[in-house]
Amino acid sequence: MSISTGRVSSTARGRAAGDAHARGHRRGEPGRVRRAIRAHWYAWAMVAPVVVVMCALVGWPLARGIFLSLTDATEANIGRTIGVNVIPASYEFVGLENYAGILTSGVFWAKLTWTAVWTVACVALHYGLGLGLAMLLNRRLRFRSVYRVLLILPWAIPAFVAAFIWRYLYNSDYGVFNAMLGAVGLGPVGWLDDPTTARIAVIAVNVWLGVPFMMVALLGGLQGISRELYEAAEVDGAGPGQRFRHITLPGLRAVSSTVILLGTIWTFNMFPVIFLVTGGGPGSETEILVTYAFREAFTGVRNYSGSAAWGLIILGLLVLLALGYRRALRRQGEVW
Amino acid sequence: MRRAFQAATIVAALALAVSACGGGGGGEAAPAQSAPADPSKITGQITWWDTTRPDSEGPTFQALIKEFQAKYPGIKVNYVNVPFDQAQNQFQTAAQAGTGAPDVIRAEVAWTPQFASLGYLQPLDGTRALDGTESDFLPGPLSSTKYNGKTWAVPQVTDSLALIYNKRLLKEAGHEEPPKTMAELKQVALDVKDKTGVPGLSLNVDSYFLLPFIYGEGGDLLDVRSKKIVIDSPANVKAMATVSDLVTSGAAAKPAITDSYVNAMTAIKEGKTAMIFNGPWALSELYQGAEFKDKDNLGIAPVPAGSVKAGAPTGGHNLAIYAGSKNLDASYEFVRFMTSKEAMAKMSAELGLLPPRASVFEDPAVKANKDVTVFKPIMDTAVPRPWIPEGGQLFQPLLEGYQALVGGKETPEQMVKNVDQRYRGIFKDWS
Repeated sequence: MSISTGRVSSTARGRAAGDAHARGHRRGEPGRVRRAIRAHWYAWAMVAPVVVVMCALVGWPLARGIFLSLTDATEANIGRTIGVNVIPASYEFVGLENYAGILTSGVFWAKLTWTAVWTVACVALHYGLGLGLAMLLNRRLRFRSVYRVLLILPWAIPAFVAAFIWRYLYNSDYGVFNAMLGAVGLGPVGWLDDPTTARIAVIAVNVWLGVPFMMVALLGGLQGISRELYEAAEVDGAGPGQRFRHITLPGLRAVSSTVILLGTIWTFNMFPVIFLVTGGGPGSETEILVTYAFREAFTGVRNYSGSAAWGLIILGLLVLLALGYRRALRRQGEVW
Repeated sequence: MRRAFQAATIVAALALAVSACGGGGGGEAAPAQSAPADPSKITGQITWWDTTRPDSEGPTFQALIKEFQAKYPGIKVNYVNVPFDQAQNQFQTAAQAGTGAPDVIRAEVAWTPQFASLGYLQPLDGTRALDGTESDFLPGPLSSTKYNGKTWAVPQVTDSLALIYNKRLLKEAGHEEPPKTMAELKQVALDVKDKTGVPGLSLNVDSYFLLPFIYGEGGDLLDVRSKKIVIDSPANVKAMATVSDLVTSGAAAKPAITDSYVNAMTAIKEGKTAMIFNGPWALSELYQGAEFKDKDNLGIAPVPAGSVKAGAPTGGHNLAIYAGSKNLDASYEFVRFMTSKEAMAKMSAELGLLPPRASVFEDPAVKANKDVTVFKPIMDTAVPRPWIPEGGQLFQPLLEGYQALVGGKETPEQMVKNVDQRYRGIFKDWS
């Protein structure tokens, strides 16, 4: 329903715009602008503060980041005035050298591969578990609200607190998991000391943190699917699997496409879990692109240009991902 | 009239204190510097970023601030305790931005040359921050305040690593004396494991704690004078082989890589390991442990010697002044006061921190603190680190190498080679 109304209103708007366009052409360019301002001045006035703030908070740092990424600026050669010390800027424009340096380094591709594995694994588990729990909670059962509250709890805990709790659970000598293993007569596991177990460990933490959001979003979606559809399907003799495939999943598509995109972007840039649970270790095996970029930027003499280039490459990857995703959705007939 | 008289007495007292310091340090005359005629008349507010532990060490420094304010009634000191692991980054951010930076910062020895090279610090030569008793300061800590031929800070605390052990466990294993060499360390640790069932040694997988092994074999990370990267040397391979052997032979417990420091400390406090490497800053925490309720059970000895010597890194903290400080004169006086013989004596006597002045070790109250006297000879084995702006960047590659080494992912030869490669990325024009 909502889809069809959207279509109607957009075509209506399109027709109106077309009319304005045609009229504008008749009267010439300046008239059209003046007319638009006269008709919509209040809208511009209302939008102006937001535009100014957005430019200040997003546009300016982004522009400066792009500029810095094309130079060799570091903390040591950027201009600064400290008391009587006036140190002039002495960095130079180096073109795409920073980007070339990053993209040709083995480190970048190794980190990108792990970041991709991490994102896919986390989002798949978030979505799968979230959907499963949402379906459980969507039935009529006793203490439903209690379960809901309990399952949303991880979401209510700040990520850094959760990270520290998990880090303690994983501790190789004094952790809860190893104590449990010891109690059943098994040897301790160095959870965060081995690259493979450390990767599994951080994925587990992030899944624990991310499932509630998926669950709540999908539960909302499930409640929006009309009961009648299920009843009709049942009358027609559709089994539970068929009902899930042909009613639940299509009915959730609008919600799913949004939360999967959001989840992907959040997980791709999930700084606190990696940084606080393993610190990127052992070695730099669990370091994803953002934590690596942070470390490049903030150890020793800060490398502004290099970290700006890292940041823009990450941004570029996410923009590409979002565009590709949108295209795939549009091919499936979503208006998004 | 009365106020002038008070001021005069304070100046006289100060002059006396200064000349006393000079006497202790080898007879330098009190400096005649271009300071305001009467330092106690200086007015204004200054902010000090302290990085000590707020619960156990902070109160002593706050008491010293009270003394300072009594002596300089016109100056108000804002005490801000910044966690040690955040202070460096926060200072860099604030100093660069030009707002929010403190007037005085307690800078770790390795931060000092970095801040100085970035232009964040005020050179102190010829100011009242230095009281002219340079020869009283220990050479190791003092060297960390020099960069490019100027003085950028004044040493406040020094430290080094030592072998800290549980006397009871060593005795049960049949050893009255702590190990003096790395070979003995392995033997003692194995004996402890055999006789008492607890691991003999817990390693803290951290670059700083790897340095005693490197220095012990006569190795080093860099040769600053000839601009050479010397990590990939036979001596360092030998050092790494020693570390690796301690783990594989079972002399050292399989070290945790995450929370390594905390786990080693917990283990020794609860009697679950017999020996660790650590510095004087850890003592107040160690004495809270069940195993050291009887303080005499805690043994402190120099780090065991490798085949060349016994060597541990020089650590510690300096007081430095932000170049953008609005109140330089008050800051000079504050640094001068906090690094004076009296202030250091109070700090060392109360907290067991090591003073970077030779004469303070002779103070009766300091002598009464056993931890300080025990650590004094250990400072003789302290090796100054390379005081260069890039010093802080040396540790991450070394840490990753250490983790790969004890995790069995790299051999000693591979480990030093890989660290060498990473250093070449930092020092592009070094050989």
